[in-house]
Formats: sequence, C-alpha cells, structure tokens
Amino acid sequence: MSFVKLTTSALAISAVAATAAMARDQVQIAGSSTVLPYASIVAEAFGENFDFPTPVVESGGSSSGLKRFCEGVGENTIDIANASRQIRDKEIKACADAGVTDIIEVRIGYDGIVFASQTNGPAYDAFEASDIFNALGAKVLVDGAIVDNPHKQWADFNGDLPAADIVAFIPGTKHGTREVFEDKVLLKGCEDTGAMAAMIEAGMSEDDAEDACIDVRQDGVSVDIDGDYTETLARIDANPNGIGIFGLAFYENNTDKLKVATMGGVSPSTETISTGEYPVSRPLFFYMKKAHIGVIPGLKEFASFFVADEIAGGEGPLAEYGLVADPELGATQAAVEAEATIGGGS
Amino acid sequence: MTDASLSPAAAPRAGLIATDARTRKRNAAEKRFRAYGICAIGVGLLFLVFLFTSILRSGLPAFTQTVIDIEFTVTQEQFDTAEGKMLKTKEYEKLFIAALEGQLQERGLEVAFDGKAIQRLVGKPGGTIRSYLQANPDRLGAPISFELAAASRVDGYLNGRITRDSLVDSRFLQASDLDLIDALQQADIIKGAFNWNFITGTDSGVDNPGGAGLGASVIGSFFMMLVVLFLSLPIGVAASIYLEEFAPKNRWTDLIEVNISNLAAVPSIVFGILGLAVFIQFAGLPQSAPLVGGLVLTLMTLPTIIISTRASLAAVPPSIRDAALGVGASKMQSVFHHVLPLAMPGILTGTIIGLAQALGETAPLLLIGMVGFVAREYPEGFLSGFTDANSAMPAQIYTWASRADPGFYEKAWGGIIILLLFLITMNAIAVVLRRRFERRW
Repeated sequence: MSFVKLTTSALAISAVAATAAMARDQVQIAGSSTVLPYASIVAEAFGENFDFPTPVVESGGSSSGLKRFCEGVGENTIDIANASRQIRDKEIKACADAGVTDIIEVRIGYDGIVFASQTNGPAYDAFEASDIFNALGAKVLVDGAIVDNPHKQWADFNGDLPAADIVAFIPGTKHGTREVFEDKVLLKGCEDTGAMAAMIEAGMSEDDAEDACIDVRQDGVSVDIDGDYTETLARIDANPNGIGIFGLAFYENNTDKLKVATMGGVSPSTETISTGEYPVSRPLFFYMKKAHIGVIPGLKEFASFFVADEIAGGEGPLAEYGLVADPELGATQAAVEAEATIGGGS
Repeated sequence: MTDASLSPAAAPRAGLIATDARTRKRNAAEKRFRAYGICAIGVGLLFLVFLFTSILRSGLPAFTQTVIDIEFTVTQEQFDTAEGKMLKTKEYEKLFIAALEGQLQERGLEVAFDGKAIQRLVGKPGGTIRSYLQANPDRLGAPISFELAAASRVDGYLNGRITRDSLVDSRFLQASDLDLIDALQQADIIKGAFNWNFITGTDSGVDNPGGAGLGASVIGSFFMMLVVLFLSLPIGVAASIYLEEFAPKNRWTDLIEVNISNLAAVPSIVFGILGLAVFIQFAGLPQSAPLVGGLVLTLMTLPTIIISTRASLAAVPPSIRDAALGVGASKMQSVFHHVLPLAMPGILTGTIIGLAQALGETAPLLLIGMVGFVAREYPEGFLSGFTDANSAMPAQIYTWASRADPGFYEKAWGGIIILLLFLITMNAIAVVLRRRFERRW
C-alpha cells in the first residue's frame, strides 16, 4: 500500500510544482554559441545591477535558437533568440505562422572570423580568399578547366604558402559562422580565381554557380566541426598542419596556443574589423518578441541594458572580451526604446 | 588409431617429480594465460592511474584562487553616486582599482605600473562589493577588508599555466604585468586562498572565471535526483513486483519484458528528445527546470531499476513464498511481508547505481535547455527548486569546458573532481548496503 501512497504523493508534488511554474519571472534566451559569451556577460551584469533575476542563456546555435523562438508566444517559449546571422525570410514566415508576428531585431556589434593555426606549426601567415577557396572548394579552376579539387598541399597552388598538407577545421552547417565563411571567403575566392566565371561559361546558371562555389570538398581535407571553438582548438592542438576558423574573441583568449593569419593583407583586430578593412566579419544579433514585453519582467530593461553604451560601447565589457562595437549603436538604442519591429513600425 | 603419441610404448612414463613435455606445455600455457590476465589488469590500472592523475593535476588548481587582499573605504557619497549609475558594478570596480593603486603608491613599490595594468590584474570585483555594501549599509564610511578574486590570468601565472616564455602580450595580460604580480605577492597583497566560492558559488559570465562556482548546479542535480528517486523507485518497484510475482506468463508479459530490456539500451539523448517533445512542448512544463530534467532521467533510470529489482526478487528462494502461503498468508502478504524485505538490499543497490548513472548524464539535458549560462542563481525555496531554471553538475562542466578563457577549463576539471566524489560516495553506499544486508541462501 505504501507504494501507492508514495506514487500519489510524488505525482502530487510534481503537479504542485507544475502549477507553481506558470509564472516565469526571468528572461529566457537561447541561440548562437557565438553570441552566448556576450549574452552571458550581459546577463550576469544585469543580475548584479538590477533587481530582476539573472536571465537564463542557453546554447545551441543560431538556427536551433530561432526555431525555438518561432515556436509561439507564451511563457513556455523563449523571449530572445541570439543569432550570429540575420533572420531569414523563411524563419520570419515560420514565426508568423506560429503567431510570433512582432519581432524586434537588435544588432549588438560585430564579430571577426579569423584563420588560426598552432603557434609552432607551418607559417600560415597570410591568406587571400582565393587561397582558401583553392584549398577547400569542391571544384576549382586548374589550367582553365573546372576540375574536382586536386590540391593536397598549400604550395600546390600558391608558392608563397608552406608545403604542408591542407587540413582545415571549419564550422558545421548549423553554425551561423559557416554562412559568413561561405559568403565572404569561399564565394569571394571563387570569383577571384575566375572559377565562377568559368562555371557560368560552362553553362551553369548564376545561382547554380554560386551554390557550386560554396561547396566544400568532401575528401576528408576539410573537417566540419559541429561543436564549438574549443573543439576546433583541440583538433588544431593535435594537428600541427591544421588551420581552424575561430571567432576573434576566442583567438584573443588563446594567443598562447594559436597564431593568426592575415586575410587580404590585413591582420584581424577590433580596429581593423570596425573600420571594415578586415574582410571577414559579420554582425551579431538578438531577436526579441514584442508580445513578451510587459509580460516577462525585465525583458525590455535587459534589451536596453544590452545595447547601452556602458555595455556594448567601445569601452564596455563586451568590447573588452572581443566584440567589435557597432558604430551605429545609437540608432540601435533608439530602435529598442521605440520597440521597432521587423517589417516597420512600432 | 595409429597415432604414435597415443601408443603407450612411445609415451615415456613420467613420474610425479619428472614432468613430460606435454605437461610442461600445458603448464606453460596456464602460466601464459595468467600473465595475460595480469597484463590486462595492469593496462586497466594504468589507464585508471593516468585518468586520476590527469584529473587531479588539471582540476586541483580550481580549488585554490588568487585573491587580492585589501582594505578600503567606500563613503556614503561614493555609494550614492555609484547607485545612481546604470552600470553600478563598474563604479565599484573603479573605486577598488583606485584604492589598490593608492595603496601601492603608499608602499612605494619599485615596479612601474599604471591603472590599466591594475585593471588587468583584478577580476570582476564589482558584484561582490555591491552585494556586500547592500547587505551591510552600516559599513559605509568605515574601512572594509576585502579578499577579492584576481583575474584568471594571474591565477594562471601563479599556478604555472602561464609562464614568462609562453606569454604573448594581449589586452588580458602583458609581460610587464608579471613583475607587478611578483611585487604584489612579495608585499602580501596578492596571495593564494582556498576557493570556497568554487564549491558554494553560482555560474558566472564568461569574462569572470574567478567568480564561477558549482554550488547552484549541485542543487540542480539534487532536485533532479529527488524527482528521479521519488518517481522511479515506486514505479520501478511496483512494476517489477507485478511482473515478477503476479503477472501471468504469456505473450504480452514477454513482450513487455523484451521492451524493458531494450529500453535500457536506448541512448540517453533519445530520452532528451522525448522530454522536449512531451514534457515541455506538450505538457507545457517550464524549460531548463530540474523537474523536467528529473522526469527525463526517470525514464532513463526506470529500466535499470526494474531489471535489478526483478533480479533480486527472483533471487529470493521459492521456499520463503511457499512457507508464507503455507501458514495462510495471502499472495500479497507473502510478497510485502517476506519477499520484498529480503529483496530490499538488492533493490536499493540497483536504485543507487541507477541514480549515480543519472547524476552523470549530460546528453538529455542538452535538449531541455539545461546547458549554457543557466545555473546563475540559487532557487528561492524548496518548490521553486524544482521549477526555477537551473543546470546540473555534468551540464555545468560541459558548459565550462567550451568557454574560451583557459581559466574555465581548469574549473571544468575541478567540477569533474566534485562530480566523481559524489559518484564514489553513492557507489560506496551501494557497496555497504549490499555487504551489510545481503542474505545468502
């Protein structure tokens, strides 16, 4: 008999707990693992400086964060999705279908994407987008013809680069970083090497050629990393020839293990990224549900706090950690204040 | 049968003392086999030693911390100004840095330094100072002695993770700062201390490894284990008693049995997906809550408990049941008065092992939102302990391991030590229970 009693009481406890849970009092955030560090810094400072509870920031990736964001409106859904890329039209539509119509987009700053390798590995000091494309593209231009990528060593296509085996650890497709890598490095390299023009000449449509350009070779030379930068670092640690893609902040935290390569002759730093000289950077965003403002205590205060000069400005803790401050932060602050949503109006 | 070796004439008769070739061969084979066994154990032990030394070597630094020991005064006026700002903690940090700079100048250190260098050495003291002043407003205007965590790079230098040779100047630490650290250490302003905060504290932002603690996620794990214990033990035991003692043996019970065994082999991440779909999206339970984590882990632990309970019920000899039935007990009385108490040690052992397994599980927690910057506050009360967003020990370790600052890597290993201590304790309890109460027939 005692078991029946135990079971009933256990169920009763969970039932009580479940009803108590209905009123959520902290902001709930999920999404990009690139934005996560910044969001956690802001969340901690928010908890320390305000009387609201410290927000919860979960990891997972831009796409999965936005997917959860678009599940609907209500306390059982997240309030803010972090993203290392802009929300896609497809996602806005998915959101609208689930009733999430008023989305506030907030750009918090910029992040540089750097190519780094072991400090005592080969001298990977200077890359051009064309080098990366020649090394990692699925189909490249060799002697005027488009062929499956034959390159085994960097020196095979550029005598200035070391004669070391090509091994690259690039972010997997669920990362927002991958998209930037494809757009700003592979696609550019494809155009620069003339591969794209050759593909179009060979009868491909422009869209198909673009898709073919960002195809990464599948013969094991390029390794997709689905985890975060720590995993890339571990792989680089074990492989002296390896080149890895990191966020600027991560690299700066680990300068004793990693050396960075210039891209287009510019070495990455917060300065070169904010002036736009360093080519591979991308804006970071978070997306907020307007419907949750006033329902979840502290949500709007958190958003305003996040983009305040003291936090996201050039002297703030986010810049100290490696975020490149947004020169148009003032406009963002005003937009958050006015609760301006995507697609116009407030 | 013309084999020469079989014919008695060809085989020399071996005495008890002299051994013939075949006996020697057999003995040698046995010796070799023993040697293989010892080798196997040796390799296992070697791995264990390697594992433990690497865990201890990497993890022990997390339990000590470099603190800056300094006495300074915050006036009412300074307090009011700071509270008027939006980023109050930054103001306290500035006050702290100014005080430290003043004291260094007073002591006349021979090392050149500036405010920026000191800024690099201190961690994130603002939050600690603010919460102290808010709790003790009467101390305003009087000198207060603080022991505040230094930056993780200072920690790294003092425990040997960062050396002068490996240091690359960065905005986090520069070579000239090392002289300053040495001088401060001589002056006894910087010193090592036991890191209580690591055991009792909550998670911190990624720029503040010095403030990170495992405490809140230990509480998260505790509430999860409560849910697991109070759901899986009664359900598991009731199910196994019914299946073992009452259920008719037919195709249906066979099917259930096979499925329970299969369930035990299902990868834990699957339970996480199930938990997300059923408990959060369908039932509407809160995300990141230990209650949901506990429910998911209950599903995972149930098969383990059912299998071990059924095994220990089956181990009770039928004579006990027959005797009980023989003196007129009902079937239920025989089970609850005689069989179950005798099977209890086995059931408890199975439960504890199941709990220990659940305690170390990360994968299902990934999907229900317990990984990230989650364990940042203690729950306010007992009930909210189930529903407030919290992390769990393994999830917290996983989070720390993926952060950029090498200081967090150390914390991750330290967290592993604490988790291992819990697991060893639970397994020890299981062993003691078994030793003490086990019956043999």
